[in-house]
Formats: sequence, structure tokens, C-alpha cells
Amino acid sequence: MAVIFQKTKALTDVKLHYCPGCAHGIVHRLVAEALEELDEVKNAIVAVPVGCSVFANKYFNFDAIQCAHGRAPATATGIKRVHPDKMVLTYQGDGDLASIGTAEIIHAAARGEKITTIFINNGIYGMTGGQMAPTTLPGMKATTAKNGRDPKINGNPIRVCEMLSALDGPVYIERVSVSTPAQVTQAKRAIKKALEIQRKGLGFTFVEVVSSCPTNWGLTPVKAMEFVREKMIPYYPLGVYKDITAEEGK
Amino acid sequence: MAKVLMKGNEAVGKAAIEAGCRFFFGYPITPQSEVPEYLSSELPKVGGVFVQAESEVAAINMVYGAAGAGARVLTSSSSPGIALKQEGIGYISNAGLPAVIINMMRGGPGLGTIQPGQADYNMAVKGGSNGDYHNIVLAPASVQEAVDMVMEAFDLADYYGTPVIVLADGLIGQMMEPVEFNYVCKKELAPKTWALTGKGDGEKHMVENLVIEPDECEAWNKKHFETYAKIEANEQAWEEFLMDDAEYAFVSYGTSSRIVRSAIGYLREAGYKVGMIRPKTLWPFPTKAFEKLDKKIKKYMDVEMSMGQMVQDVAYACNDKNKIEFYGRTGGVVPAVDEIVEFGKKVMGGDK
Repeated sequence: MAVIFQKTKALTDVKLHYCPGCAHGIVHRLVAEALEELDEVKNAIVAVPVGCSVFANKYFNFDAIQCAHGRAPATATGIKRVHPDKMVLTYQGDGDLASIGTAEIIHAAARGEKITTIFINNGIYGMTGGQMAPTTLPGMKATTAKNGRDPKINGNPIRVCEMLSALDGPVYIERVSVSTPAQVTQAKRAIKKALEIQRKGLGFTFVEVVSSCPTNWGLTPVKAMEFVREKMIPYYPLGVYKDITAEEGK
Repeated sequence: MAKVLMKGNEAVGKAAIEAGCRFFFGYPITPQSEVPEYLSSELPKVGGVFVQAESEVAAINMVYGAAGAGARVLTSSSSPGIALKQEGIGYISNAGLPAVIINMMRGGPGLGTIQPGQADYNMAVKGGSNGDYHNIVLAPASVQEAVDMVMEAFDLADYYGTPVIVLADGLIGQMMEPVEFNYVCKKELAPKTWALTGKGDGEKHMVENLVIEPDECEAWNKKHFETYAKIEANEQAWEEFLMDDAEYAFVSYGTSSRIVRSAIGYLREAGYKVGMIRPKTLWPFPTKAFEKLDKKIKKYMDVEMSMGQMVQDVAYACNDKNKIEFYGRTGGVVPAVDEIVEFGKKVMGGDK
């Protein structure tokens, strides 16, 4: 019988520990498929964060290192400088990247490190149980902002793509989501493009995935995806924020 | 190789290159900034990589990545910067990775002062990061010894899979002395088959740090402690100075041991039977040096540029806390020879 679909070989068979409806599983698969289609699984090294995806090293079927909270871009810098011919990725959540690791991501981007960062933004601390994240929307409830985030008390969310696109170092920055099949297709296209740019050695590439957390948002998986479309994406608009390769093509 | 006159901070940078280190990640801080300055120009000449990190925290996590990728890698800093690196040192240690960290100590705590100090003994020797772990800690007393110890540090790190701290101070970093570079690897080193290189056609490599099951985490710790036991058995190093007939012994390391050495000259001239045990490894602490001397030494005189951070280790090593007298200056003050002579006379009284 002809095989018309099979699971990517860039994922292991280890059972995912993610909650029902969590988008990490989707994004893991997109990263894995993109690497496989580029025939780079054998050359890939991923720096995984502290957060819900702390065990991503067990799910990706290629080399991996578990990093200190927020430091994956620094650790990936060390790896890429030793092995400039390998494909080096960081996979980070919003608490990891946009709060405790703000300095590391900004400076890896500013240096133009030839790595690819996959940034999962679901606006909440998942692993520790629903505390306010740097990307929690105004009014959104969290266990450390029980009445909803009040910018006057809790400060304002950070839009990372917009911030990083102000730097000269990055060559490609895109924000995608996975709340519809069409968005999933576009997300994969963006991840693959980022990896292709890294392979060409052109510079720092960054893909933000606006994602969901049904468990800590207190919503069903379906409602959580609706929340992504109705609340998250208006605050975090999808699209290409920087693409040197497109500008060069003009 | 002929001797050359070099500043300590530059000499340790050259020592790293001679030992095959090609990667440095660091951040400027007085009194060690000549280390990154030197390596920023010298590493590219040998095909190496220098990165000025955005912070000490980032620098040590770059070291973590490069060490995981299989490289000989160095970072250097001074006291407050080393405090910032503690997170990464713990991660490197837990992952069982080799890395070399140079600390050109200054007075503390906090921002402290930029003058030389030895008050990071506890941070280096007793931990500094979270959890059960040890660093190998080497304590040079001259620029030449700093050179030799940096070279040896890379071999020890690779052999045991641990971070190695070269604990010097601002005085050794800033002064010039004649040095030569003769790197010979004395360890039989296994190829780094575990390193992150991409899996190629083989099994994937993983550098892990989270061991979430307590039983597994305890077993992980115990495996490290098997390594530490070997290090304690094999790597204790010290110098004995005029100890053959000594009835009193100074215990001092690094810069303060140089001053003690001069003081011993005056005390010997005055007829005192006094020598010095100079630990060259602070972890493992050279307890073997004390085991053979214990009975005949009347007093151990601990001299440090701190408020006495080594005293407990000396007490443990000689197994008699009543035998220990301490003299220290801290906060960036380097003691004068006269002070040490007076301290010695006070302890020994007329006992010549």
C-alpha cells in the first residue's frame, strides 16, 4: 500500500506531556517537518527553554540542550560559534524570551547571530500555573493579576516582533499563528523560510507563533483558539515585520 | 619557549590559546578587562572566536553552549561578575561539561572596590550556585603559575567534566612578570562523543539539566560525587615552604602567600622555626598536606585577604580548631610584610 502520509522522522515517539488543546504539539511538528523537508535533521541543534517546552529535547529527534531560563539565545550563540555549519535553533515561550531572557534575545538579534528563534506567545506562564506573562493582554486574568492585567498596576505587554524589527541585526522576522488550518500552513512556510535563511548564513531569523493555553486561560481548546483570533491577534498582528531577502529581491 | 615579560591578564589569555582554547565569551570588568581585550585581538589570529557578551549572565550561558558543542572554552571576570555567572556555572556543572572560568578577585561584597581581594573563596570553593556541586578551584601565586594553572585547568575540565575556576586576584592580573608557555597535556583525554555536533547518521546528542524525578535527580547528583571523590583523591596540590623543621606553619594562598613568604624570611632570621603550607588547589583542599604534619605543628597561622573564609577548611584539615590563628585584611587592602611578621611574633611569642 502506498504511504500517502507519515509522521516526520524529526520527532521521536516519546508521548507529549502537553495539555489537550496546547499548540506546542502543532509547532513542534512544523519545526520538525521543516527541518526534514530541508534535509537538515542530521545537522540540527535546538536550545530548549525553561517553561512548558522544557522537555522539547525529548520530542525533537535531533541534538538538543536544556538551557537556563531565558538564556537559550546565549547558549545557542555559543553552539553556533563552535559549529557555524550546523542549524541552530532556540524554541522559547513568552516568559522565557520576553521577560527573564529579554537581554539575551535582543542582543543575539542585534549581533545578527545566524540562528533561528521560534517564539511561542500564549500570553501566560504555563508551567508554573498561569501567572502574568510579559505578553498577557490588558484585562486578561492571571494568578498574579487576578482581576485582569491593569497596565497602570501591572505594566504593558511587550510586542516582540515590533521591538526586534527596529534592530539592524535580524534579517527575517514574522509573526504567525496556528489557530486556523490556513494559519498553520503559513506558520510552516515562515519557519521553513527562516531555516533556509539560516542555512544561507544571512543572519538572525525569528518566528513568533501566537498561541493558546486552554488550561491556564480557563477555556476549552476550541474557545481558546477563538480567543487567539479575536483578542490575541488584534493586539499581536500577524505578518512579516522584517525581510532583508525580500528587500534585496526588489 | 623563551621567557617574556607579560601582564598577568594578558598572560592567562595567551595560556588559554596555547592550551587549545579557541572560544572566549566575556564582559568587561576591572581588574580583568585586559583578558577580553587581549583575546579580542589574539583569538581571531588563530581561527578562534571572541564574543563580548551583553552581560556576565549571557557570557556564561554562551560558555555552556560552546562547552556542550565540544569546544575548549574560557570566560573571565572579577568578583561581582563571577557572582552573576553563578547561574551558568551551576548549569555547566550539572550537565557535566568542561569549562574554565578565571576570577581576578577584587574586594567585596556588592560593588565593593576594584583593588585586589580574596573574599570569593567561599563563592568558588563552597558553591555559589544552587544545589550540591563542586568546582575544581586552582589558586596561582604568580603570573607564571597563573599561566600553568590555566593550561592545566582545560585538561582537568575535560578529564573530569567539571567547571574549573582559576582563582587569582587583581594583583596577579595587573602585575608583569617573566613567563614562559610550555603546554603539555598530562591527562589522557577521551574524544567528546557526547558533544552537540548534529546527529549525522548516528544517535542524537542531548545536554540535559532538568531531572524531574527526585530519585533520578539524586542518582545524577551521586554520579557527580563519584567524580568529586576521584578529584579529591588525585588532584590535591600544595607547596611546602621551609616546613622540614617547622614548628609553626602559615597557611596562605595566592597573593597573600607571597607576602607571607617574605615575612617568613624575617621570622627565620629572628630564629623562629616557621614555614608555610600554600594550597594550590582550594577545592579539593589539600588535606593530605596536614595529615602528615598534624602532630608536630603547634599553631597554624592562616593569612588571607578576607575575613577568614579559609579558616574552616584549615580547621577541618588539621583536625584541631584550637591550633588556628587568623590574620586578614579585606576590602581591597593588601597586607604589608611587617603586619604578617608582627602577627607571627604575637602567635609564636618567644617560642624559637
